[in-house]
Amino acid sequence: MRAFDEMRQGPEGPVRGAYAEVAAWLARTPAHELEAKRAEAELLFRRIGITFAVYGEGGDPERLIPFDIIPRILGRGEWERLSAGLAQRVRALNAFLADCYGPQEMLKAGRIPARLVTGNELFRPEMLGFTPPGGVYTHIAGIDLVRTGPDEFYVLEDNARTPSGVSYMLENREAMLRLFPKLVARHRLLPVNRYPEDLLATLKAAAPERAGPDPTVVVLTPGSFNSAYYEHCFLADEMGVEVVEGADLFVENEVVFMRTTAGPRRVDVIYRRIDDDFLDPLAFRPDSMLGVPGLMAAYRAGNVALCNAPGCGIADDKAVYPYVPEMIRFYLGEEPKLANVPTYLCEREEDRAYVLAHLDELVVKLAQGSGGYGMMIGPHATAAERAEFAARIRARPADYIAQPTLALSTVPTLCASGIAPRHVDLRPFVLSTKDEVRIVPGGLTRVALREGSLVVNSSQGGGTKDTWVLESDPGQGGVAC
Amino acid sequence: MLSRTADCLFWLGRYTERAANVARGLSVTLRMASLSSELGAELDAWRSLLVASGCAPGFDAKHAETTQENVVDFLVRDPDNLSGIIPCFAAARHNARTVRTALTVDMWGALNDTWNQIRAAEFQGEKLPGFLEWVRERVLLFNGAAQDTMLRGEPWLFVQLGTALERADNTARLLDVKHDLLGPGSQGTVAYGQWQAILQSVSALRAYHWVYRDRLEAKRIAELLILRPELPRSLVACFGRVLEVLERIAAGQGGRRGECHRLAGELHARLAYGRIGDILEGGLHAFLTDMIGRTARLGAEIEAFYIRP
Repeated sequence: MRAFDEMRQGPEGPVRGAYAEVAAWLARTPAHELEAKRAEAELLFRRIGITFAVYGEGGDPERLIPFDIIPRILGRGEWERLSAGLAQRVRALNAFLADCYGPQEMLKAGRIPARLVTGNELFRPEMLGFTPPGGVYTHIAGIDLVRTGPDEFYVLEDNARTPSGVSYMLENREAMLRLFPKLVARHRLLPVNRYPEDLLATLKAAAPERAGPDPTVVVLTPGSFNSAYYEHCFLADEMGVEVVEGADLFVENEVVFMRTTAGPRRVDVIYRRIDDDFLDPLAFRPDSMLGVPGLMAAYRAGNVALCNAPGCGIADDKAVYPYVPEMIRFYLGEEPKLANVPTYLCEREEDRAYVLAHLDELVVKLAQGSGGYGMMIGPHATAAERAEFAARIRARPADYIAQPTLALSTVPTLCASGIAPRHVDLRPFVLSTKDEVRIVPGGLTRVALREGSLVVNSSQGGGTKDTWVLESDPGQGGVAC
Repeated sequence: MLSRTADCLFWLGRYTERAANVARGLSVTLRMASLSSELGAELDAWRSLLVASGCAPGFDAKHAETTQENVVDFLVRDPDNLSGIIPCFAAARHNARTVRTALTVDMWGALNDTWNQIRAAEFQGEKLPGFLEWVRERVLLFNGAAQDTMLRGEPWLFVQLGTALERADNTARLLDVKHDLLGPGSQGTVAYGQWQAILQSVSALRAYHWVYRDRLEAKRIAELLILRPELPRSLVACFGRVLEVLERIAAGQGGRRGECHRLAGELHARLAYGRIGDILEGGLHAFLTDMIGRTARLGAEIEAFYIRP
């Protein structure tokens, strides 16, 4: 399986236009200089304290996500096509959520099985008959894209609940500007640093009407032990709002307040980075110590906005994913601009039979898993692992989906053995208000650092790269180096 | 500001100051122990350091013998001793990480670099003096970063409040453990060495000479450390700072005040208008015990008003 390399086909092949400068830079920079820059980057990240907390696995719980100094580059035209497809997709996801918690027309029309929606454990009946301000459910979505060829992009999965990683997108660009100012200056890059401003505008637009023109926004975090805690603080800081924990908030007469040194202060919008289950012990898990008792009642009374809305899990469930193209047709009357990866639902009998017969070619995933846990890549698995997954699929078919193993595109990456191609994906962040969809150019590129590995998740040893979108399309044709 | 943020910043100020104070205490004790001529006297020095820092009960629960190595390990590294240097930095860094956005990059950098280095630092035997000096420098760097880069809002004030209160507590404890050496009639070469040590531990030996221009004397040492506002670590200076900070917080909140403001004012007035003769007459130990108790109460009142209403 030969993967498409985004810089060049084969070691002597022509360099693709967008990478002309970078290829020349790599060719003329000695290996020890690149290695020195890599070490400098690591020190920079360690010093700023951008860590990713992994508990319960031994070792230092505060880990750095490895940063690769070679950027991943997209041309303007490529990005325009992607962003049009992303905006379309997220509009459809929001329409789907409004429908599921409202009239349920798509279900009634038989275009998606009702049990995948109302029978889904991520479905929140508490949201029925209630419309969030502006009708938006997933204000902040992260859509994971993969590429297999010059024009072949696929959506691998949607993240409609609490997607993370945007701080790395921003810090990676800062790091590149510090480490390689000349290289960056030789390109005209679309900027990413507007993201916090766009996020704040999105959150303010979600505020209940009575909050007035300057609503009080907070970021709700599970606390400093959460793996993405750095990001929660970073975003709050960049937006100039407080980062709060559940215990900092309380509800009185269906109004949410935060405890401050000067007494209680009313809160209008909560950008919550904790899961639905933990939001409110009175409404969801009663043992939650992270949430705020009475929060759902305040939300339903229209006194506070929650971003994202509770119940978005039904839109990014892997079993619902195969129906997203159908949502686009149903709600928008358009053809999908971004393709899905063909997906087999193991609970369908004929799909299951196919999956069991082709386990050595397929990627099998938990329908509700995330972070690369509970996943098997058929071509890389041992016979014993495949047998184990076959047994699991037979026991609980509805828990599993399968997809063909895609030859994810590669980008040159600095490894112990020198520069080598490594597989990447891309997570752009899509911000929605009732009037518009905003997407910062690019997103977070994750890279699987182990040779041949297709797993890019940071919890599984993946790294990140800065993602460049060029202001204009490069000239076609290669540059010889 | 969030009450939880205030909590973290207040204790950030306290923990960093405590780490430096323990380092000061260790430096002076090391010096005294190496100067002592009588066999066994150096162990008394280590013992009294444990008492001064309030760590004796915890130490005795783990160690049968008071040796330099045991005491140093307990006061520097032992994770069971929450007032030890490394645990203080761990707690300070944890607090700083929790309220990362309330700190400046320079403050965070000072703490985070310290934390990254201290975990691998060697501190026993020959390495001890250099290590203690380094700890003091790191806290000076952190305080300097706060002083130079922090916006003068509530976050700054709560860090200052924690630092000043912790410093007051440290000075009072340090004096109390040597109170018998500062009482009437105390003199002689042993006492002289101890006096020097007390002054050195609060960086005040030179200051003494500048203020009094005369030989060391017990009564003056007590006066310098309790009542002289020029000395930044004297009780009156520390409580003056606590009161000033509390008043600035109140001013920023439209004059909202509580019991902590009254108590700080009372404590400060008692020192500002007190006389050393009266204090010594009533008994230095009784006075200092009372001060330590009131400092603890003031800390509790500050928390009750701003942090856990």
